[in-house]
Amino acid sequence: MKILVCITNVPDTTSRIAFINNDTEFDKSGIQYVIGPYDDFALARAVELKEELGGTVTALNVGEAYGDPVIRKALAIGADDAIRINSFPKDSFFVAKQIAEVVKKGGYDLVLMGRESSDFNGGQVHGMVGEMVGLPVVSPVMKLDIENGKAKIAREIDGGKEFLEVNLPFIAGCQEPIAEWKIPNMRGIMSARTKPLQVLEPVGDETRISLKKFSLPPEKGEVKMIDEDNVEELVQLLKNEAKVI
Amino acid sequence: MPINTLQQEKSTLKNVFTDPFESPDFYAIDDLLTEEHKLIRSSIRDFVKKEITPYVEDWCQKAEFPVEMVKKFGKIGAFGPTIPLKYGGGGLDNISYGLIMQEIERGDSGMRSTASVQGSLVMYPIYTFGSEEQKRKYLPKLASGELLGCFGLTEPDFGSNPAGMLSNFKDVGDYYLLNGSKMWISNAPDADIAVVWAKNEQDRIKGLIVERGMEGFTTPETHGKWSLRASGTGELVFDNVKVPKANLLPEKDGLGAPLLCLDSARYGIAWGSIGAAMDCYESARRYALERIQFDKPIASFQLIQKKLAEMLTEITKGQLLNWRLGVMKDEGKATTAQISLAKRNNVEIALNIAREARQIHGGMGIIGDYSIMRHMANLESVITYEGTHDIHLLILGQEITGIQAFS
Ligand SMILES: Cc1cc2nc3c(=O)[nH]c(=O)nc-3n(C[C@H](O)[C@H](O)[C@H](O)COP(=O)(O)OP(=O)(O)OC[C@H]3O[C@@H](n4cnc5c(N)ncnc54)[C@H](O)[C@@H]3O)c2cc1C
Repeated sequence: MKILVCITNVPDTTSRIAFINNDTEFDKSGIQYVIGPYDDFALARAVELKEELGGTVTALNVGEAYGDPVIRKALAIGADDAIRINSFPKDSFFVAKQIAEVVKKGGYDLVLMGRESSDFNGGQVHGMVGEMVGLPVVSPVMKLDIENGKAKIAREIDGGKEFLEVNLPFIAGCQEPIAEWKIPNMRGIMSARTKPLQVLEPVGDETRISLKKFSLPPEKGEVKMIDEDNVEELVQLLKNEAKVI
Repeated sequence: MPINTLQQEKSTLKNVFTDPFESPDFYAIDDLLTEEHKLIRSSIRDFVKKEITPYVEDWCQKAEFPVEMVKKFGKIGAFGPTIPLKYGGGGLDNISYGLIMQEIERGDSGMRSTASVQGSLVMYPIYTFGSEEQKRKYLPKLASGELLGCFGLTEPDFGSNPAGMLSNFKDVGDYYLLNGSKMWISNAPDADIAVVWAKNEQDRIKGLIVERGMEGFTTPETHGKWSLRASGTGELVFDNVKVPKANLLPEKDGLGAPLLCLDSARYGIAWGSIGAAMDCYESARRYALERIQFDKPIASFQLIQKKLAEMLTEITKGQLLNWRLGVMKDEGKATTAQISLAKRNNVEIALNIAREARQIHGGMGIIGDYSIMRHMANLESVITYEGTHDIHLLILGQEITGIQAFS
């Protein structure tokens, strides 16, 4: 089983988010980076599948060198080697294009990634990669087992789950509870030192999105407490003040 | 599937997203660490959050040593991280070891004690003074947590003065015959092996590996502790125990041997106590900002700010001591007196911070919903074991004056 896991390098979820250059650029100063939480689930399941069925796990990141610590963590968790495409991940199309190149050349049985990143939350990359390389895509995958060379999958759908069987190879966008996040152990961290990390230059620089401006969500307003018997007042407020119904 | 079950399945994500923990790093000491050090710290921190913090209050209330933690510590690599890989250790440097101890003790000093004893007081002497055969036999199993070890130096009548110990062994041909008793021994009730210090017929102190199951060897538990309640403490009693000759640690004798082990453990305590101090400080800082009295957060009063400012100052000084000591240890230069200074200073400031943090929490500070009182009670042991607070003064005094004032 040859598995490719695509990981994003995203701000830690407790980071304070700020923008610079007239709100056109994310302020990276003081930011701690982590493996995208959904990608971390994908990685955990990939390592489990390797333990179960044998094979290799390659971690892939499209990003600049400041993402290397996160790649080392993936190696410490159990990836055998890693590839970094040396470019800022400009937009989903650009990232998908880079991943597609690796997928085409690598001959992977399984390409796993998070259902979406936790910075831009685009949730588009898996679909685009599938289209570019002509492989089926399933997302969001909550359960993934391989039996007799076929994948048994549970996928989240509105208000329920869908159970699927898919032939390999394919691409999956993963989410919990596909596996429990793995905490690297000290031996893993030590052995990650010597695992290969290949840095490749990107192919092309085509993007489909141009970024105009960032803005923060509005501050949370005051909370109004309404007595549980007073449904009428609640309806009034939702209608006239919040104007949502 | 009902929505709420779906949400339940996804709740792990939410817990981690809302975890507010931040480590104080006022002097950008992180800049002195490698990316690998930071990964080690965050991994142990995640491990502690997952495996220790949610349960430790319960273990302590019940005065229960969680035996399942032994295998878990082994799996994460908290036992003997500086021991070479070929013996099952982590092959890491001393800053890494320190950071591991810091993060475990942020959770609980008793849990850190279990790891300190296994790594510094059991694996270290076997690695440093043991034969190749002993290293191969014991170290990998101690590293993985298959075996739990303890370290027997203190005796009922010889604490600060271990040189006076009465435990002794005789060469009776095929084996040694060991007699005596040890007291206050961490891990003793659950230990599979004990590294025991006893005098031979020439009155020289030697180390012996005693295994559970050897006839005449018992480990009665010490009950009624108000401190380190999640760590097992007990006696070691030797009544004509036949110890195979292969179990003698051959490479060193004299009190210097156990004292070298203590250097290693004390180094870990210097880091660990800062972990406990950080937890108390963070808890106090947050509580002070949330707790309203006289229509304001109590953090807006100067007296509270003084406490917090002093805590941060002392933590920062302790962090710098630890980092420098770690670098010197890696260079093979750290002396016993330098380690004494750091152990003594950092445990004292941690205990003071715990007491001040307890006051900031008001009545809330005495109950188990907050970790403060537990840290405070734990640190009363930490300030006594591995050389009491005052004994470390005497070590420093001797270093300064050249005159020993112990006896
Ligand atoms: C929870 C716990 C776990 C422990 N775990 C271990 C373990 O795993 N292995 C082990 O071997 N030991 C262990 N110990 C023992 C610990 O190291 C001793 O308690 C410590 O060395 C002090 O010895 P003592 O209790 O006999 O006190 P004493 O030596 O009797 O000291 C009592 C007081 O007298 C002071 N004092 C003694 N001599 C002098 C002097 N010359 N000048 C001035 N003041 C002096 C001391 O500073 C102290 O304040 C543990 C202790 C505790 C509490």
